[in-house]
Amino acid sequence: MSARERVAANVANYVDERTGAASWMKKNLQKVFPDHWSFMLGEIALYSFLILLLSGTFLTFWFDPSMRHVVYEGSYQPLKEVEMSAAYASTLHISFDVRGGLLMRQIHHWAALIFMAAIVVHLLRVFFTGAFRKPREFNWILGIALLTLGIVEGFLGYSLPDDLLSGTGIRIAHAIIQSIPVVGTYLSFFAFGGAFPGEVFIPRIYIVHVLLLPGIFLALITVHLMLVWYQKHTQYPGPGRTEKNVVGYPLMPVYMAKAGGFFFIVFGITAFLGAVASINPIWLYGPYTPGQISAGSQPDWYMGWLDGLVRMAPPIETYLFGYTVSWNILIPGLIIPGIIFTGMALYPFIESWITGDKKEHHLLDRPRNVPNRTALGAMSLTFMLVALINGGNDIIATHFDLTINQIMWFSRIGIIVLPPLAFVITKRICLSLQRADRELVLHGKETGRLVMLPHGEFIEVHEELSAAKKYTLTQHQQPAAIALVKEDARGVLNPKGIRAKLQARFSAANAENIAKPTPDELKQLEGGHH
Amino acid sequence: MKFISKYRKHKFAAPLLLLFALTGLGLTFSVASATEAPKAVDAAARSTLIEEGQQIFLKGCSSCHGLNGEGAAIAPSLIGVGAASVDFQVATGRMPMQDMSQQAMRKAPVYNEEEVAALAAYVASLAPGPRAYTNEEIEWERDGNTAEGGELFRNNCAMCHNFAGQGGALTQGKYAPSVMGVEPRHIYEAMITGPQAMPVFSDKIITPEEKLSIIKWIKAAETEPNLGGAALGRVGPVTEGLLIWTLGLGLLIGIAVWLTAKAR
Amino acid sequence: MSNELEPLADPGLPEHIHRKADTDPIAAKRAERQVAVLFSLSAVGTLLFIFSYFFVDQDQFIFIPVMGSTNAHQLGIGIGMAMSLLFIGFGAVHWAKTLMPDQEVIAYRHEMRSEDSDREDFVKAAKAGAETAGLGRRPLIKRALAAAAGLAGLPAILLLRDLGPLPGNALNETSWKSGTRLVTDPGDRPIKASDLEVGGVAQVMPELPVGQKRTLENIAKDAVLLIRLRPTEFQLDAERLSWTHEGIIAFSKICSHMGCAVALYEQTTKHLLCPCHQSTFDVTRAAKVIFGPAARPLPQLAITVDSEGYLIAKQPFTEAVGPSFWERKS
Repeated sequence: MSARERVAANVANYVDERTGAASWMKKNLQKVFPDHWSFMLGEIALYSFLILLLSGTFLTFWFDPSMRHVVYEGSYQPLKEVEMSAAYASTLHISFDVRGGLLMRQIHHWAALIFMAAIVVHLLRVFFTGAFRKPREFNWILGIALLTLGIVEGFLGYSLPDDLLSGTGIRIAHAIIQSIPVVGTYLSFFAFGGAFPGEVFIPRIYIVHVLLLPGIFLALITVHLMLVWYQKHTQYPGPGRTEKNVVGYPLMPVYMAKAGGFFFIVFGITAFLGAVASINPIWLYGPYTPGQISAGSQPDWYMGWLDGLVRMAPPIETYLFGYTVSWNILIPGLIIPGIIFTGMALYPFIESWITGDKKEHHLLDRPRNVPNRTALGAMSLTFMLVALINGGNDIIATHFDLTINQIMWFSRIGIIVLPPLAFVITKRICLSLQRADRELVLHGKETGRLVMLPHGEFIEVHEELSAAKKYTLTQHQQPAAIALVKEDARGVLNPKGIRAKLQARFSAANAENIAKPTPDELKQLEGGHH
Repeated sequence: MKFISKYRKHKFAAPLLLLFALTGLGLTFSVASATEAPKAVDAAARSTLIEEGQQIFLKGCSSCHGLNGEGAAIAPSLIGVGAASVDFQVATGRMPMQDMSQQAMRKAPVYNEEEVAALAAYVASLAPGPRAYTNEEIEWERDGNTAEGGELFRNNCAMCHNFAGQGGALTQGKYAPSVMGVEPRHIYEAMITGPQAMPVFSDKIITPEEKLSIIKWIKAAETEPNLGGAALGRVGPVTEGLLIWTLGLGLLIGIAVWLTAKAR
Repeated sequence: MSNELEPLADPGLPEHIHRKADTDPIAAKRAERQVAVLFSLSAVGTLLFIFSYFFVDQDQFIFIPVMGSTNAHQLGIGIGMAMSLLFIGFGAVHWAKTLMPDQEVIAYRHEMRSEDSDREDFVKAAKAGAETAGLGRRPLIKRALAAAAGLAGLPAILLLRDLGPLPGNALNETSWKSGTRLVTDPGDRPIKASDLEVGGVAQVMPELPVGQKRTLENIAKDAVLLIRLRPTEFQLDAERLSWTHEGIIAFSKICSHMGCAVALYEQTTKHLLCPCHQSTFDVTRAAKVIFGPAARPLPQLAITVDSEGYLIAKQPFTEAVGPSFWERKS
C-alpha cells in the first residue's frame, strides 16, 4: 500500500469505528442517477440556494436591519446628508465602501432570481412529464411549498434595504393585510408595530429572511432530496428502461464530478451576472418615504403576476352594515393565488382521481402522450403569462408605443379567453404529434429521396425506424376511460352520485388519444410496404 | 455566378442572406426617414426679430395655431405662453409636430437657434409670459445641490419620469419622456411652462435654486457611470427578470445540455 | 381494463459507443490536457480577483461596449470570481465526459411498499403500544390530555399580543385640523393662492407645531396634492366646490387603492394617475375613479385661506385616507 492509501485507510477506519458508515456508503457510492439535461433544473435551484446562503451570510456581516433615522455620510455623493433608515444606509455602505460588497449584493439578488426561475422550470418539467405521480405526490407538495416560500423569501429579501421601490412593495403588502375582513387592521398593526410604516417591520422581516425561512428551506429541501434519493429518480422511456430499473451513471465518480462541477458552473454564471449586470441599484431609487413613488414600479418577476392580477382587477368594493370589503384587493391578492397554489398542490390527487390510476410510476410521460395534462399546463402557463405581462404594462407601453389602457383591457379579456384557447390548441397539437408518431412507427422516416418505380409512379423512400426508436415511441400506456357505473349489483341507479359522473366525464376527455400501432398492424406492414 | 451556386447550400448561406436583407432594409429605412437639415433664413430680407418670427410662424405654425396664435381645435392658443414655451418646444424639435398623435416627441429640431429666437420673440410679443433662458445663465453647477436635487426630483418628478429620469407611461398613450440628454435651459423651461401633460412648477412651489438643484441631480445621474454593470435601462425589475429568463436560464440550460451530452 | 399492448419487445440498452479517449491514448492525453487547461484558467481567474481586489482603485471606471462606463474594480473581482468558479466546473464536467467511465449502469428498483410481513408486524406493534397506553379504556385521561394540549398552545399566541398596539381610531385620523396651514414638501414653506399657477401642482404637508419633527407615519397619512385649475373647469356639487379656493383643489396623495403616492397629474386631461396599478382619477369630479382597480375617489381636503392669505385646511378629512379596511365607514 502506498503512503496515500495508508492514510486514507486510517481515516476510513477511524470514521467507520465510530459511525458504521461503510455499510450504508458501500451501496450509496454506486447509486445510479439517470442523465438528462431536464433533470438538472432542480439542481440549478439547489445550487442557487447554496449560493444564496453563502452570499447572504457575507451581507449579514455589514447589513444593519434597523429603521432608525440616520443622515448619510458615506461616499455616494448624490445622497450626501440625506435622511434615511440605517438599513438603507448600511446597504449603501455595502455597495460603495465595502470591497466586493456590491458584487456580493448583486450575486445574491441574481441568485434569488435564478433560484425562482429554476424552481419554475423544474416544476414545469415535473408536471409535463408526470413525475408527480405515485409515489412522488408528497415530494410535489414539498416542491409547491418551496415555491411559495421562495416567493415570500425573495420579497422579504429585496425589501430589507428599505429603498423607494421595495418600500412601495411593502406598502402594497400592508394594504393587502389591512384589507382582510374582520382582523385586517389588527393584523397590520401587529405586523408593523402600529401605523404604517412604523419602526419594526424591517428588523422583523430580517429575522424571518435570514433565520426562520432559511431554516424551513433547509428542512424542506433535505426531505425533498431524501425522497428523491430513496425513491430513486424517474427516467424517460427508452430501450432498456423499465418501471423496475434505473439506468444511468454511478454517483462515484461520474455523477459527483458532473453534479459537483455543475455547482461551480451555476455559481460561476451567477458571479458573472453579478459582475456585468446591474441589479437593484438602490442608490438610484432613494430611501423609502410614503410620499414618493417612481413611474414603472414593479416587484421582482416572480411576484409580477400578482401585481398584474391586482392591476386588472375590477374596482369592486362592497359596504355591508358599515363595514367595507375590498374585493378589488382580496380577489387578486389572496383568493385567486390561494386557489392557484392549492390547486397546484392537490393536482397529483386530482389527476389520479380522474384517471383512476393507483399504480407506481417511475417512467416519465412524453408530454404529447398525455394531451389533457399538457393542455392543462399550457392553460395555466397562459394565465400566469397574461398576468405577468400586465404587471409590466407601463414599461411595455412606453417601449412598444402602446397605451396602458389597451394592455389593461387586453389582459382583462385575455386572461379569461386565452387560457381555454391555449388548452384547445395544445391538446390538438399533442394529438397531432401522436398521429405523427404513429405514422413514424408504421411507415418509417421520410428520407426526401424520390424513386421512380418501373411503371412510372414516384414514391418517397421511407426509412424504417430502428427497433430502439420504435420501442421508445410505443412504450407508453393508453389507459381506457373509467366507465360510469350506471347501476350497481343491487339495482341502485348512480350509486356514487355526481362525483362518479364528473369522474367519468373527465376521465373520458383525458383518455382521448390516438391509438398506438398494434402488433397486427405492424405485422401487416412488414410484408413489402414502403 | 459560380460562387453563388457553389455556396448555395452552405450552412451559413441562409443566416448570411438574412443578415444582408435585414441590414439593407434597415439602411434604406434610415436613409428614407432622415429629416432635412435646418434651413438658414435669409436675414437680409427681414428687419426685426419679431417680424422674422412672425414670418416663420405664418409659414410653419399658423396652420395649426391660428394666424395670430389664437389656437384652433387641433392646437392650443399661444397667447401668454411666453418665450420659454417656444424655446422649449421648438428647440427640442417637438414643434412642428410630426404627426397629430397624443404627444409631441423630442426629435431633430427643424429650426436653428436664430429662428427659434425669432419665433420666441414673436410669441412673447403676443402677450406677457415666461421668458426663455440660455444655458449659460442657468448656473446649476455653481448653485445647485445634487443631494437636495435628488430629494426634489423623487418628490416632484420621479412619479412620471421614473427614479432615474428614464421616463414613464401616462394614460392613453401619453408618456413622460426621458430627461437624459436634455439641455439645462430646456429642463428649466419645462418646469416653468408645463408643456402638454406636464404640470407647471411655479417658482414659489419649487424655487429657482431648487430648480437648479434638480438640474444638477439630473446631470449627475446622466453622467453617473453604471456602478454595478450594464444598467439594463434603469427601469427596474422588468428588465432584470427578462435578463434572467433569456441570458441566465438560457446559459444554464445550454450548459446542462452540454453536460449531459455524450462526448465523442 | 387498459390497452397495454406493447407491440414491440424491449430491444435492451443500445450498444455502447466508445469515445475517442477510450480507445485512442493520444485522444485521452489530449482530453487530459484540456481538463488541465480548464482548471488552470480557474487559477487565472482567482489571480485576476486578487489583483483587482488589491490593486485596482475603487474609483476607476472602464468603458465596455454594451455595458457602458462601468466600475473596473467591481468588474475585475467579479469576472475573476466568475472565472475561478466556472472553470473548475467546466474542467470537472469535461473530465467526467471524456475520461471517466461512461458505461450506462442498471440498478433495480424495489417496490416502495413494504413486505406484508413487515406491515403486519408494524400494525401489531402499534396496536400493542396503544393498548398498553390504555387510552381506549381510559377516556378521562384522553379528555384531560386533549384539554391540556389544546390550552397549552394559547400562551404562544398570547405572547404575541404586544407585537403592536390596537388600531383604535388611528386609521381615521390625520394631522390635518381646522386651520392647519399647507406647507411645501420639502421646504415647509406656507403657500399663498397666488404662488400656484393654473396648471400647476404642489406636494404639500400640514404645518407641524414648532419643534415637532415629521415622521414617516405622518407622511403616510398627511401627504396632500394641491392642484390649480380654472374654476370653470370643475364639475362639482356645491359642497365640494366650497372646499376649493379660486380653482385650487386639494386631495389626499395616498391612493385609496393600496396606498402608493398618487401624484402623476396630467395637466391636459386633468387626470391623476397612480403608477402602481394605473388607477386613474378625474380631478374635475373630485378625483372620481375613471379607470383601474381603485374603488373609491381620493379623499378631498377642504381648503380656504387664512387672514394672511396663506392656504389652510378648513376642516379635517371627512373620511379615512389611504387603502380600505374592514371598519371603514363609507
